[in-house]
Amino acid sequence: MSAAGGNPPVLVGRDIRKTFRRHTGDVVKALDAVSLEVGPGMLTALVGPDGAGKTTLIRLAAGLMTADTGELKVLDIDVAADPQQVQERIGYMPQRFGLYEDLSVLENLNLYADMHGVTAAERRERYPRLMEMTALGRFTDRLAGRLSGGMKQKLGLACTLVRLPELLLLDEPTVGVDPLSRRDLWKIIRQLVHDQGLTVLLSTSYLDEAERCDRSVVLQEGRVLAQGPPAELSRKAAGRTFLAEPPAGQTARGLQARLLDDPGIVDAVPEGGQVRFVRAAPEADPVASVGALQGAAVVPAQPRFEDGFMILLRGTAAAGQALAGSTILDRPPERYGDEVVIEVRDLVRRFGSFAAVDHVSFEVRPGAIFGLLGPNGAGKTTTFRMLCGLLPATSGTLRVAGVDLRQARASARQRIGYVAQKFSLYGPLSVTENLEFFASAYGLHGGRRRDRIGWAMRQFELARFARLPSEQLPGGYKQRLAMAAALLHQPEILFLDEPTSGADPLARREFWRRISALAEQGVTAIITTHFLEEAEYCDRVAIMDAGRVLAQGTPAEVRRRARPEPGRSPTMEEAFIAIVEAARHGESPHAASVGGDA
Amino acid sequence: MNATERSRPRPLSAKGRRVWSLVRKETHQIVRDPSSIAVGVVLPVILILLFGYGLSLDVMNVPVAVVLEDPSPDAVELAAGFQLSPYFEARLLTSMSRARELMLARQVDGIVRIRPDFARHLSLGDAEVQILVHGTDANKARIIQIYAQGAVGQWTARRAAEGKDVAGGPVIVRDRLWFNEANDSHYFLVPGLVVLVMTLIGALLTAMVMAREWERGTLESLFVTPVRIDEVLLGKTIPYFALGMVGLSLCLLAARFLFQIPVRGSVWVLAGGSMLYLLVALGIGLLISTATKSQFVASQVTVLVSFLPAFMLSGFLFDLRSMPAVVRAITTILPARYYVAILQTVFLAGDVWGVIVPNAAVLAIMAAVVLLLSRVITRKKLD
Repeated sequence: MSAAGGNPPVLVGRDIRKTFRRHTGDVVKALDAVSLEVGPGMLTALVGPDGAGKTTLIRLAAGLMTADTGELKVLDIDVAADPQQVQERIGYMPQRFGLYEDLSVLENLNLYADMHGVTAAERRERYPRLMEMTALGRFTDRLAGRLSGGMKQKLGLACTLVRLPELLLLDEPTVGVDPLSRRDLWKIIRQLVHDQGLTVLLSTSYLDEAERCDRSVVLQEGRVLAQGPPAELSRKAAGRTFLAEPPAGQTARGLQARLLDDPGIVDAVPEGGQVRFVRAAPEADPVASVGALQGAAVVPAQPRFEDGFMILLRGTAAAGQALAGSTILDRPPERYGDEVVIEVRDLVRRFGSFAAVDHVSFEVRPGAIFGLLGPNGAGKTTTFRMLCGLLPATSGTLRVAGVDLRQARASARQRIGYVAQKFSLYGPLSVTENLEFFASAYGLHGGRRRDRIGWAMRQFELARFARLPSEQLPGGYKQRLAMAAALLHQPEILFLDEPTSGADPLARREFWRRISALAEQGVTAIITTHFLEEAEYCDRVAIMDAGRVLAQGTPAEVRRRARPEPGRSPTMEEAFIAIVEAARHGESPHAASVGGDA
Repeated sequence: MNATERSRPRPLSAKGRRVWSLVRKETHQIVRDPSSIAVGVVLPVILILLFGYGLSLDVMNVPVAVVLEDPSPDAVELAAGFQLSPYFEARLLTSMSRARELMLARQVDGIVRIRPDFARHLSLGDAEVQILVHGTDANKARIIQIYAQGAVGQWTARRAAEGKDVAGGPVIVRDRLWFNEANDSHYFLVPGLVVLVMTLIGALLTAMVMAREWERGTLESLFVTPVRIDEVLLGKTIPYFALGMVGLSLCLLAARFLFQIPVRGSVWVLAGGSMLYLLVALGIGLLISTATKSQFVASQVTVLVSFLPAFMLSGFLFDLRSMPAVVRAITTILPARYYVAILQTVFLAGDVWGVIVPNAAVLAIMAAVVLLLSRVITRKKLD
């Protein structure tokens, strides 16, 4: 390697194409004429939603797949011709790092050290540093299967670092990892790049992570939309990004929904009680010709990567087309006034001696959006299952729609709709057949059933896919179908478990618009999410960790609990980290030893 | 790939260290994973006990009526022989009509009739004992018939030994049961058991643990290291080969000490034949796991193509010669068939080289083919 010379790129791809054949027979273009470069000593991010082709590209670079056409050189070696030589010199962490769960932390490390021929002397020098970096030192004898999700990712990373690779490939290293571990992982990665000159190519669907990299490559449906320093993309939004304070009597969510309807606006998201929006074109007067902004106080904002990304995305997706997504109910739930619609008091659920849910209490009022936030294993899904009557509570009070779930589960179920985390409809059945099945399951028959299915087809724009097997639906439409099925029996309460995980930013905005519209019409929604900025769409949020509710309130109240940093208002993620850390204080020296940052 | 390997020769020790490390890793997993222990150790033990004590093709304590119409001491002695035999539960009667009733009511499965003139005919040398057997269960009937003949034969032999002249005696043709003088079905069930255990460990367990690695993505991480595919395969083969030998030892110990079954041939021949079969089974397991890459499918396919044929078509439970020609033709491609031939020979007959060598040769060829094939089709690729 000639890192000293003209600094040639570590990875060069030219016109790479890769297609897959699905079981159903149709061909998917995973990568379509992709060209990219990864410079030495740099942190390069592959950004894009699920299905953009990130994993395929990284597997090609690791020599685990072969491209149909095109050229891919890693460390100046043609990967397709000599994958073994590349594999000996790089490090690779797949999305789900294949740790051996019945081996201990140390045994996993040793296995990889043996594979790479790391000598005992080198191990003595290297292991303590890896342990310090990952804060796994106390757990060397623990079986990998008993580690938390975040610790597993750190161990996976450590396994790829038993010797310093010439290129490190990381496939979505932070997916499914709680915000604290995410922050720790980022510290490790940046430290490696800055202190040891490591070259890293990582993929991510978090846009804020791309912003922290030296270079970004934006992928969308197998094509490169843009590549360059992230700031370059952010600059596209310069002079077009503003923050609007909603006028008195209006919610940020309401203002955001109306802004999204305006053809002059590319993007709008709630942020800290205000609305961040991006105009389609630079404009001296931010309020100009946008009716929704009347009476709102508008100030220019620092453009972010996501703002530039949205400009790019809206530019490709049928330019100017408004976001789909307002859903109108034909029979909104009757208002109960201000009566509490969900009441949870001292809810406990034990599995053996382990309390998955530990004295949780909260209330939800009708027409509200309630967000349940927390890392994996915090007890969100267990709470959900009890609320839906799928799992009996060990103790505590649980009233849904005025019905005590301990006595009348069946009648409560008629009034709730549930959208599971994973797509849980019948894949081989068509859209119509799925809707018909769920309508029958909810006891709808004859004309009533026809009406409801017709409503769902119209409101969720599913008619053109009516006869397509639902497993072949494009990602966003699967989500729509799942929601349509859950709304067929006109429930007044909707439960959604991680509905936006893996969705692209456009689909996420569309989803939230629907939820806002439903809430306006009186439907109560309870949602879990790991995109913390989405908490801004909620009326109230509860932050859970280790089975307990640590904080509860409006997003603004929760945000205030963050450690104040001068110069800007804290984000929801910072608040979350501060709250969870305070609660765990003394329990684990979380990444306390991880040193300097760039 | 070969070109680069030649141009950059690496010391064998690096390869050896990687294989050794993989073997160690696998051993840890076997020891810690309850399902491996279950298939490798617990299942053989259960099968041994089940087959040894639960499943037996022997007929014991058959209820028979002994109709004693002749009160002479000779006749009484013969009747007592039935009463004392472990194979029969004899009810002594004096009237044939009563015996018929019992037979019709299925309270006895056979009648032994000693006629009134038995003693007289005995002295004349043409004595007869009538044996009537309930024929609804043809298999059982045949066995009872042979047992009864055996009981009479024993009585005759005893008389001869005591010097009582029987003047030619009642001539009863007795089938001597070859290789199973004790008439104990464990003699052929236990060798069959060895086949099942070896198939379970070699094919099923190996297919499942390898498919698990594909499924959990552990191979994906492992592939992007200097490790070669043959090293990965060796790392799987060696520990499960060892586990298979443990299973074999358990079966042999059970055979020897639990059921007192002799091994007529050499234990080394037995071990050699078992190793060959184990290699074939391992190769099949690896092939299936690479082709399916899913634990569920791999286990289904393995049971279908290796376990069930080993159970039904290897000749251990059902005689190959009694199968239709088509089925018999199919059995020729089943490795278990050749292994059973070796096992039965070594256990029951001895080192009959004319049987052992050709069967072992077929197994060796099969092992080479499946192992090479699995080496060729398993690649460090995900597409």
